[in-house]
Formats: sequence, structure tokens, C-alpha cells
Amino acid sequence: MSTRARVIRGFEFAGLDLFVPFIRLFSGENPREQVATIVRTFGTPLVAIAVFLCAWSAIAASIETSIGAVPGPVAVWEEAKNLVAEHRQERQKEAEFYVRMEKLKEQYAAQGRPWKDRKYSGKPTYFDQIWTSLETVFAGFIIASLVAVPVGILCGLSPTFYAAVNPLIQVFKPVSPLAWLPIVMILVSGLYTSENPMFEKSFISSAVTVALCSLWPTLVNTALGVAAVDRDYLNVARVLKLSWWRTVTKIVIPSSLPLIFTGLRLSLGVGWMVLIAAEMLAQNPGLGKFVWDMFQNGSSQTLAQIMVAVATIGIIGFLLDRMMISLQRLVSYDAAAV
Amino acid sequence: MTASAAILDDVGSQPAVDDSFFSLQAVSKSYGDSWNRTEVLSGVNLGISEGEFVAIVGFSGSGKTTLVSLMGGLIEPDSGSILLGGAPVQGPGPDRGIVFQNYSLLPWLNVRDNVALAVDEIFSDWSASDRENQVRRFVEMVNLGEAMEKYPAELSGGMRQRVSVARALATNPKILLLDEPLSALDALTRATLQDEIERIWEEDRKTVLLITNDVDEAILLADRIIPLSPGPRATLGPSFPVRLERPRDRKAINHDPEFKKVRNMVTQYLMDAAASVRSQTYTAPVSLPDVQPADLSAPRISIVR
Ligand SMILES: Nc1ncnc2c1ncn2[C@@H]1O[C@H](COP(=O)(O)OP(=O)(O)O)[C@@H](O)[C@H]1O
Ligand SMILES: [Mg+2]
Repeated sequence: MSTRARVIRGFEFAGLDLFVPFIRLFSGENPREQVATIVRTFGTPLVAIAVFLCAWSAIAASIETSIGAVPGPVAVWEEAKNLVAEHRQERQKEAEFYVRMEKLKEQYAAQGRPWKDRKYSGKPTYFDQIWTSLETVFAGFIIASLVAVPVGILCGLSPTFYAAVNPLIQVFKPVSPLAWLPIVMILVSGLYTSENPMFEKSFISSAVTVALCSLWPTLVNTALGVAAVDRDYLNVARVLKLSWWRTVTKIVIPSSLPLIFTGLRLSLGVGWMVLIAAEMLAQNPGLGKFVWDMFQNGSSQTLAQIMVAVATIGIIGFLLDRMMISLQRLVSYDAAAV
Repeated sequence: MTASAAILDDVGSQPAVDDSFFSLQAVSKSYGDSWNRTEVLSGVNLGISEGEFVAIVGFSGSGKTTLVSLMGGLIEPDSGSILLGGAPVQGPGPDRGIVFQNYSLLPWLNVRDNVALAVDEIFSDWSASDRENQVRRFVEMVNLGEAMEKYPAELSGGMRQRVSVARALATNPKILLLDEPLSALDALTRATLQDEIERIWEEDRKTVLLITNDVDEAILLADRIIPLSPGPRATLGPSFPVRLERPRDRKAINHDPEFKKVRNMVTQYLMDAAASVRSQTYTAPVSLPDVQPADLSAPRISIVR
């Protein structure tokens, strides 16, 4: 494979197919065709975005609410910059705090007085909240996958098992996160009573709620994939007299991986959507709580800040999806099917 | 006297099945539920000696794959018995290596690992390096040493079929069942692989049962040819021995009178059987089985080696 082909494959693999025409263009491969592709894949979306932004500012200017005008794109952009600046300031303060603490510690040591480390307790910045949200969604997603993949495999392998659990799946699948959350919160506060908790209760409640709502796509797709394993592959296993375990690990799972990953990808998407609602209610310090707090304080910046959060949520959701596509390509023997 | 009776006189009766290395006795198999039942195979008798190369020739849809699945133990006969070395076979097992009509390679494993999956399972008590050598030996035997790391989607049809043969042979089965191994290939690849199968068989004289729809292929490779009458209720006809010197050269045997004689007899038998089926029963046109080589979603490149 040439270097160029390798670079292109790398890009495709990373889910950056969009940029492949640029590489081809720079390497002088059929420039006219590449330019046409670039205009189509970048030009048209850019036009659409421009139209959207214009329409937004036009409409925003004409709507008055109780807390002021609806912010247009420029106001939202300013707010985003504010949030970044706030984050920088907060980090600055934190660094200064620890410098001061170090000095104090030395003084205490010199005077022979006992010293106890303290943690900086500033308010979480926007980026801290994004980070918490990501941690929570992944915790929930991992719990969901650990349950859904094995159960899905069992469902796919055994029609009897599937018949047994199918009614439960059908009933629990459509339940809204808002209905699960109170139950989960009560259970968590009842059961999770450690002296020195490793995780916040709100974190656990949100993660479990995310898991409960996001495990279904993985479960159903895994069951489908396993049930659809080509009979010929299973015949190979039968001729070789593979044990049950080896049949599952060597034949069934590899053959259903593309569908398992389709399920995981859908699950992560659902989980991310559910998370915001769960965080709002559980008051878990993430993006959901940020939106809720902004809504509560009702300042003139409220709408702009919430819109920044909406854009952030959307962009992160998009990136998570791209990440799952890349993972799916990595594990799938049949890259064309992705 | 009918043509088929004349052939029977010429070739003599079937060998006794009892003392055979591998035998089928009065095996029948039907598909479908009780309302809509078709007997695909009816009263099939067959005996194969150790080290023999037997070819079964039949039209598409006559029940050849069903016969292989029965022998391989993948499906159970409705009646009759199947014996290997005198003992009834129970389910599938590595003593009967199968080369499937559609290759059945695992697309997520490369050539080495496809063969290694079988070798590691069957010879699990061997050392890792012995198993590795076994894999290499058989992949090289089918001339795929260079393609060790390739995935099935990157191989031509002929190469995939070779891997499938290597996988079956590497487990050292007592009998090798080949279900139309070459019928999905183009003529050139087909000829190359026929020569290769002949060479491999000369090397270790394994007991082989080859299913094919090509009489010339059967004559080139087999010691004995048995036609399968067209279904439904297909059954095996008499044996036609092929008395041609080995190694057989495809060009030379084309002009051999024995080749022409066997070819005519087998073809005539199959045509007569088909005609009698048509005259006896009204049957819908023979439906082709929907068995296709696995589409590994790669453009098929025919590489003639
Ligand atoms: N699993 C099955 N269920 C029902 N009918 C089958 C099944 N497998 C094969 N058949 C039928 O049995 C007949 C013989 O099929 P097959 O053994 O595949 O023929 P061949 O391999 O000679 O082309 C065909 O008419 C086919 O439709
Ligand atoms: Mg067949």
C-alpha cells in the first residue's frame, strides 16, 4: 500500500471520510472530480449552516421574552467565549490557591504545627460540568453494555430464553428516564450507604438511569445478530466439535460483532440524550444541572447560556457517534457493511 | 433391453456394503411437514473402501448436499444407517472432514487462523509449534503459503476453496467429503484445482468422496463413479469403475477410449434416469437449491495460478 493509500485508509477509519478528497486533491489525483466532491460535501453544508444562522438571527431579533430578547448567534458566541474565560479564571484561582497552601504548609512545618491538606472548593466551571457528564454517560453506558451484551447473546442463542424475557424487554423498553430516576434515586440512597463514598449518589443515580434506558438497543441488536449467525459457520463448529464456550467466542460473537456494535452505538446515543434529563432531576453536577441552574437564575444571559449548552450537547453527541463508528470499523470484519 | 440394463451387465453389481470402510445402508431422508413432505433421498446404499476415491455425479437439486450432510452427521436420516469403520456415526465429527459447497470460511479470520481454528481444536494436545507447523504445511500444500495473512474477502473463489480444502485436510479426517468443491469456479481455475486435488490425493491416498455435477471431473479424479438419479426420491445407481492409469493427464485421457466409454455410460445412465422420472411422475421443474458461495462483499477477482 502506498503512503497515500495508507493515509486515506487512516482517515476513513477515523470516520473522517469527508477529508479524503482533500488528500486526493493535494496528491494531484483527478483534481476536477475532487473539487466537485469537496464542493458537494463541504460547500452545501456550509451554505445550509449560513442560511440557518441568518434565519436564527432574523427570528431572534423579533421575539421578546420576559427576560429580554432571544439571543442571536453572535450573542451565543459571546456567551461561549465568556464561559471559556470563566473557566480560565477559575483554573487560575485554583492554581493560586494551591501555591498559597504550599507556602502555608511550609510555615506550619517550620513552626512544628500539624497540617492537613485541603482541597480547592471553587464552583465547577462549564468544562468541569462537561467532563462530569461524559464520565456519567460512560459509566452508564458501560453498566448497560455489561448487562445487555451477555443477555442479548443468551437471547440470540436460546429461543426459549428469548421467549421468556421478551415480554419484560417490550414493557421496560419504552419507559422514560424521568420515570426511572425517582426509583433509582430512592434505591441508591437506600442501598449505597458507604461511610466514605467513592462516588456521589447523584452520579450513581444518573449513571444507573442512563444504563436502564440505554441498554435496550444493544440487547435487541445483539440478540438479532446472534440469532442470525450463518448456519454454515455453525456447521463448521459442529464438524470440529467445538465446545459451547468456544463456539460462542470463536464463531457466534465475531460473526455478530457488527450488529452488536450497531446496538452499542445506538445505546450511547440514547444514553447521552437521557443523561441530560437525569442530571437535571438528580442534580448531578453535569450539563443537565448547568441548564437547570441557568434556567433557575433567570438572568439576561440565561437563554444564551442554555443555547451554548444545547450546541455543546449536540456536538458532543455527534463526536460520540463518530467515535462509535470508528470502533465499529475497527472490530468489523465487513467494513463495507458499516 | 434398455440402455441402463446393458450398462448394469457391463459393470457388474455393486460391491457388498457390509465390510466397507464407510457405508450407507438403506438411508432415506425427507423434508417438510406431514402435509407437504418430499422424500429427497430414498433407500441409498453405498460402500467405500479405505483409500478409495469415489465420485457421486448428479443434477442440481437431486439431493447431493443432503447426502453429504447426512454423511457428515449434520442432519439425521429418517431411516437407515451410516457406518464409519463398522461403527454407526453419531452427529458430526472431525473424522469426516467436509469441504462445503459454499466454502464456509470464517470471514473475520485470515487464512492462517481459519485453518488454525480447526487444527488447534483437533490437536489440542500438541505443542503450539507443532500445531503451527501443521497449519503451515497444509496451507502450503494448497499453494497458499503467500496468502497466509489474507482474509477470505481478499481471496478469489479458487483460493477460498483451497483454504477450505486445507482446513478439512489439516485435521486428518478418516474420510474427506467434498460437496461440489469446484462448481462455482470458472473453467480455468477449475482445471487447476482438479489437478491440485489429484496431486494431493496421490500424496496421502485418503478416502475421498467427491460430489460433482461434472462427469469429466469425476472421471479425471475418481476410482469409481456413482450416479445419483434425479429427485425426488433420488437414489444411487450402479458403480462405474474408472480404469485409467494414474497420474492422469487431462489432455491425454481425453482421447482414451476408456474415458469415452465411461463418460458415455454415466451420461446415458443419468439421462435415462431423468427421462424415467419425467415419464413416471409429474413433477414441477427441478428447483435449484439456493446455495451460493458466501458473498464476502468483495469484488470477485479470478486469479488463475
Ligand atoms: N433444509 C431443507 N428443507 C427443505 N427442503 C430442502 C432442504 N434442503 C434441501 N432441500 C430440498 O431438497 C432437494 C435437494 O437439495 P440439495 O441436497 O441441496 O441438492 P443438490 O446439492 O444436489 O443440488 C432440493 O429440492 C431442495 O429444495
Ligand atoms: Mg448442493
